Amino acid sequence: MSNSVKQTRREFIKVVGISGSGLILASFIPFNNVLANVGDDPKIFSPSVFLKIDSNGIVTIIFHRSEMGQGVKTALPMLVAEELEVDWEKIIIEQSDADKKYGNQSTGGSTSVRRNWEPLRVAGATAREMLILAAAKKWNTGTSNCYAENGFIINKSNGKKYSYGELVEDAAKLPVPTDVKLKDPKDFKLIGKRVHRVDTPDKIFGKAIFGIDVVVPGMFYAALSRCPTFGGKVKSFDAAKAKSMPGVVDVVEISNGVAVIADSTWRAFKGRDSLIIEWDLGPYANVTTEDIRNEMLKHVKDEGAELENRGNINTNIKDEIKLDAVYEVPFITHAPMEPMNCVAKYQNGKAEIWAPTQNAQDAQNETARVLGISKNDVTVHITLMGGGFGRRLVNDYVVEAAEISKACGKTIKLTWTREEDMKFGFFRPPSMSVLKGSVTKDGKPAKFYHHVIAPSISQMRFNKNLKAEESDIADGTIDLQYQIPNLKITGTLIPTHVPISWWRAVYNSQNPFAVESFIDEMAYAANKDPFIFRKEMLPSDSRLANVMNVAVEKAGWQVGKKLPAGKGMGIAIFSGYESYCAQIAEVTVNNNKLKIDRYVAVIDCGIVVNPDTVEAQLEGAIVFALSAALKSEITIQKGGVKESNFDDYPMLAYDETPVIETYYIKNTYKVGGVGEVGIGACAPALTNAIFAATGKRIRRLPVKLI
Amino acid sequence: MPKYKLNVNNKNYNVTVEAGTPLLWVLRDNLNLTGTKYSCGEGLCGSCTIHIDGKAERSCIVSVEEAVDKKITTIEGLAENPDHPIFKTWIELEVSQCGYCQPGQIMTLAAMLDSDSRPSRKEIDNTMSTVLCRCGTYHRIRKAIDKIVEEKQ
Repeated sequence: MSNSVKQTRREFIKVVGISGSGLILASFIPFNNVLANVGDDPKIFSPSVFLKIDSNGIVTIIFHRSEMGQGVKTALPMLVAEELEVDWEKIIIEQSDADKKYGNQSTGGSTSVRRNWEPLRVAGATAREMLILAAAKKWNTGTSNCYAENGFIINKSNGKKYSYGELVEDAAKLPVPTDVKLKDPKDFKLIGKRVHRVDTPDKIFGKAIFGIDVVVPGMFYAALSRCPTFGGKVKSFDAAKAKSMPGVVDVVEISNGVAVIADSTWRAFKGRDSLIIEWDLGPYANVTTEDIRNEMLKHVKDEGAELENRGNINTNIKDEIKLDAVYEVPFITHAPMEPMNCVAKYQNGKAEIWAPTQNAQDAQNETARVLGISKNDVTVHITLMGGGFGRRLVNDYVVEAAEISKACGKTIKLTWTREEDMKFGFFRPPSMSVLKGSVTKDGKPAKFYHHVIAPSISQMRFNKNLKAEESDIADGTIDLQYQIPNLKITGTLIPTHVPISWWRAVYNSQNPFAVESFIDEMAYAANKDPFIFRKEMLPSDSRLANVMNVAVEKAGWQVGKKLPAGKGMGIAIFSGYESYCAQIAEVTVNNNKLKIDRYVAVIDCGIVVNPDTVEAQLEGAIVFALSAALKSEITIQKGGVKESNFDDYPMLAYDETPVIETYYIKNTYKVGGVGEVGIGACAPALTNAIFAATGKRIRRLPVKLI
Repeated sequence: MPKYKLNVNNKNYNVTVEAGTPLLWVLRDNLNLTGTKYSCGEGLCGSCTIHIDGKAERSCIVSVEEAVDKKITTIEGLAENPDHPIFKTWIELEVSQCGYCQPGQIMTLAAMLDSDSRPSRKEIDNTMSTVLCRCGTYHRIRKAIDKIVEEKQ
């Protein structure tokens, strides 16, 4: 590094960076200490929007998605760095703003690594090939006589080398190749390594800036009072008392309520509490959870719209053993530790937004829409997030902040309280699952029928005319890998006015609970070990069977073995997001008191970018899913949400967390998703273990033992 | 408007706020010490944990006047020694995910270890179960604590 810095102390020559968007990047100076010491204007080589190399040799990789704890701020730059052949310890990682030039920035559906696996490697390889060509030309040799390593291009015949910084100007003048060769996975140096997360030190030292920590010069603080019922609105309000409170500078009405602007968060909260508002509670003021549940119950005897059909579910099978059951899960919420918040600055027809958002381009569009300006006049800065889990895919809090800023003419930070986060969420919808099945006398699966009754997120959010066949409600039960001769999946959509949205794995959190529990019921009806029963329904060479076999081995599952009284093991498997996961739970139940002793989880997600992150995501998914299975339930009463904080919406705590063992399969299959695949099998592994321990079949979440 | 003299991370500050203002918001908005996090505001989750005279306290339910004449330490104060075994182990085992609750986890653990360098399993369970983590880092927190306690002996 120091060598290349010295060599760049020369007269400034403007170099046109050949970026994908054709921008001239020469005037851009990345902010960091090394450059500040040099005091020089570096030239920039940027053959892609995802990276830039300056003539001081500093490599900056642009991270264009959102980091909410899942580790992609480390994993995505690793993809670029792998192909670019740079020293990982020396690169700078820069969070991008919202911009469609990066492609899709929406951070959900476990897509960050698998959707960027190729584009980011191509970006790195393109720059590498151009640097090699630039060096070859300087040496007047062929490119096959040169290779890239650790930030240098090396001449094979004489061992001479150029640093990347020295090649920036020449490389920037070359045409961008379109057919670069990517590395063979066996040559990976960085991918597959336990690389430390780039953001950990700042986070533990209290230096990391989450959305809620953003401070902009001249900023005020805002709090918003919203109607306690869904579908209600402000009828009238009296702001006199709030305006007399210390530090309160303004009170404004926006489409979602009445906002108080003050010179500190606490004063904004206090001012908000002093508002006198008369609400029009709207048409749903008396709706309760039971009303919504009754709507679902009405359809339990219906056939449902056909979504998948194999064989003939109505065929006659001699001496078949029939069984049926109804499974059910409630509304639940995300409750990330950092409540919703956003800083908005609207001035002279332009808006600047600082948001902890999983969906920055949507935040840009939504801000433009609500302010009536062009999206080109909206800048969205993406901040770190204190958890997301799907909640921050919806930018309602960004819209609120933008509206408040425009209404009061000030830069404001809107902060939600925990109570507001609980009550004004976008909830994981409830669902009912009607299951019917049968096994033959000799213990083979014969029939499997699953009718999913649930509100559809895709219908409620995007297209009210959507039919069950086109909806999302059967994710996690469609395309089951089990080879069951007669299988039918059907669905019924339940409209709801309650705001619903994606929650880590969404329908892949609820349908596998029903499916994997009922498969367990079928195994017992067939008088088969639950592992063997599953194994016999899967092709022996399938990746799903493989993760299950490994889990069985690691957990010490013994076929047909009865554990001591009160102890039980449960198995469940799940495939989705192009990945596979098996989980085995081990529990002890004493006097109806449940203790979860151990979880063994095995994942096959194809090529593993960072083993440590994959393990962390599995561990986290198990805690997240156990919290939901054991504790979470959002209750609708009087048209709004009853729960308000962590006392009535509790979460799994430290001492309730089992020992968690995670394993991943080493292979070179296409890279799969990691963030959500660990959710599906978790709840049914638990309830199957409870059944093994007690004989009690849990068919409704959260788990109640009495 | 009342003025309060606070000692935070060995520095003296004068702040002018209403009586009853939670110390959390004074730290965050008045002193720009944003490492102390707001999450529940009711003393239920531990994200805002700081030390007052060496004891772990939830700054969201401590009023500013209660903190006068006391020695307040925030995560920024503890981080003045980045070689603290908690930090080193937290990095080594990559405990953090989103990181939002981690200052609270670390401050809670630091106070416990200061008062008892060989805490029992039960004491660790009771103390650490007061700090919530939504990402589910408990498993690694346990591994980290086991390592720290073991290395102290």
